[in-house]
Amino acid sequence: MTARLTSAFAKGRPALVCFITAGDGDTAANLDALVEGGADVIELGMPFTDPMADGPAIQAANLRSLGKGTNTREVLMIADEFRERHPDVPLVLMGYANPMVRRGPEWFAGECHGCGVDGVICVDIPPEEDDALGPALREKGVSMIRLATPTTDAKRLPAVLEGSSGFIYYVSVAGITGKQQAALGSIEENVARLKHATDLPVVVGFGVRTPEQAAAIARVADGVVVGSALVELIGEHGENAPEHVRRLTSELAAAVHSAAREAA
Amino acid sequence: MTNQPNSFRNQPDERGHFGQFGGRYVAETLMPLILDLESEYRAAKADPAFKAQFEDLLEHYVGRPSPLYFAERLTEHFGGAEIWFKREELNHTGAHKINNCIGQILLAIRMGKTRIIAETGAGQHGVATATVCARFGLPCVIYMGSTDVARQQPNVFRMKLLGAEVVPVESGAKTLKDAMNEALRDWVANVHDTFYIIGTAAGPHPYPELVRDFQSVIGREAREQMLKRTGVLPDLLIAAVGGGSNAIGLFHPFLDDPEVAMIGVEAAGHGIESGEHAASLTGGFPGILHGNKTYLLQDEDGQITEAHSISAGLDYPGIGPEHSWLHESGRVKYLPITDNEALEAFQLCCKLEGIIPALESSHALAALPKLAKEYRKDQRILVNVSGRGDKDIFTVAEHLGVKL
Repeated sequence: MTARLTSAFAKGRPALVCFITAGDGDTAANLDALVEGGADVIELGMPFTDPMADGPAIQAANLRSLGKGTNTREVLMIADEFRERHPDVPLVLMGYANPMVRRGPEWFAGECHGCGVDGVICVDIPPEEDDALGPALREKGVSMIRLATPTTDAKRLPAVLEGSSGFIYYVSVAGITGKQQAALGSIEENVARLKHATDLPVVVGFGVRTPEQAAAIARVADGVVVGSALVELIGEHGENAPEHVRRLTSELAAAVHSAAREAA
Repeated sequence: MTNQPNSFRNQPDERGHFGQFGGRYVAETLMPLILDLESEYRAAKADPAFKAQFEDLLEHYVGRPSPLYFAERLTEHFGGAEIWFKREELNHTGAHKINNCIGQILLAIRMGKTRIIAETGAGQHGVATATVCARFGLPCVIYMGSTDVARQQPNVFRMKLLGAEVVPVESGAKTLKDAMNEALRDWVANVHDTFYIIGTAAGPHPYPELVRDFQSVIGREAREQMLKRTGVLPDLLIAAVGGGSNAIGLFHPFLDDPEVAMIGVEAAGHGIESGEHAASLTGGFPGILHGNKTYLLQDEDGQITEAHSISAGLDYPGIGPEHSWLHESGRVKYLPITDNEALEAFQLCCKLEGIIPALESSHALAALPKLAKEYRKDQRILVNVSGRGDKDIFTVAEHLGVKL
């Protein structure tokens, strides 16, 4: 399963990773728009009642989705149908522990495998609690994609990397999604630190909104995540969002893909 | 139960687990801080100066020990076991919450943190936190659901008088759970200088352990006071359980006394069958929220459902992880009590004992009609009167149809 993720980062240029929340707006059409716009990896958010790590934009998307009655089965169905339409585009589920483990980690891992999900990012399962989900995912060949943050010190980093696969998600700011962006110098330094410790691609997210910001980060990392800016378009334009999502994605993709790596 | 542990008092394990419960389910940003907090707490626990300062403040600032009181008229009323009260409502700020806040602010200062945040439901923990922040001169931000801000105006004003900034939280149902989400969002963004004073024995390890340890002064005093006054240990302990800090504080020092039975009272709101309640153990399932694995009110997809209780302090869809463990091990029994039963107990305690109990504590008192008769007259039931009810008179008046 990780083959799709591996090839997404082996295109000889930085990757664009796009996040939207499942069940918010016409999700299938928005996902297609992300692919058409040039996204290399899709992160599909699983809505949760208590998104503790998210800022106002993604909180609102979670509420809109749950308000429409989105349940776990529908989220998995969206993933499954995406996989049928786009056999080669890597898809990662991102969310919080409780909806993932509610029916048991084996159940969730089996469903991910069955729906062609390549990896899972769980905000509130740190390596210390890996048993809650990690072994079940690895058993099914689904990547456990961990987060590293500015506070992840050298002492902890090996624990974060142990059992991780797919890519490392570097959270560039100590904070919640969609807020301020970190200074580029700090991002560059931390990405270098991570790359020194792992062969996995390092992707940078949190607070990245514009093509200019994305391009600047793409020069120093293997990939860039954009979420809140896309989610806001869906909130603003509703059923008409796909064209707006496609436009922003293609601007971001152009910026990210053409960013020359500073360090070989 | 099979495989009974040798002791019920040696949890959690080194990873912060109480059996399958507890743990550290937090975002990576917070993990290094949580680990620091744990090592700092271990150091503080072993430091006689820390213990001395904590105890000095409990005695001279909080007013401990709190009295042990024989509730003679309630005893007569029920005609069963002797009813005794642990009078936590007589503490400074009017509830047990202050015990924990004193301990945590001393830890915050020890760790060099310069800013305090907290969540609050009824406002009691917010007031206690604002109080210790005033006492130690630290800036304080309290997150409170806007629904709770509206129904707990006196406490909001108290917090402001004490110098705290009260931030109304507009997300979700705008109650305690949402206030906790918002406090966590603040913490993750200000992790370098901010200490989060969690108000109950829940959250990521080491919070459930350290809150329990700070609150265990309740049970240690009660044990000593009972032995001194009656020569024996109580036969039954009763305490209300929201997150469960007053209950675990009372229970923990007695857990290895097999002759002492214990009942935690959960808020059953309009009744378990109505679906509108806050009884996580009776009506919930194990899950992960706010940093720990514990019983939660949730649907089949793991979405957290809204709690309901007349008592804002019990209006939370989870419970401290040690209670989940004590529940599954069978050492403590948990009993649901409805809003109406609590209201009746509230009034009865006012009339017969001249004590206005908090609505939280009224849930514990409401277990007495069912239980007092099950015990002989020479047996003793000890109820934790965890807080005073002055803050609740508006809510009670409304439910009794009285216009103030």
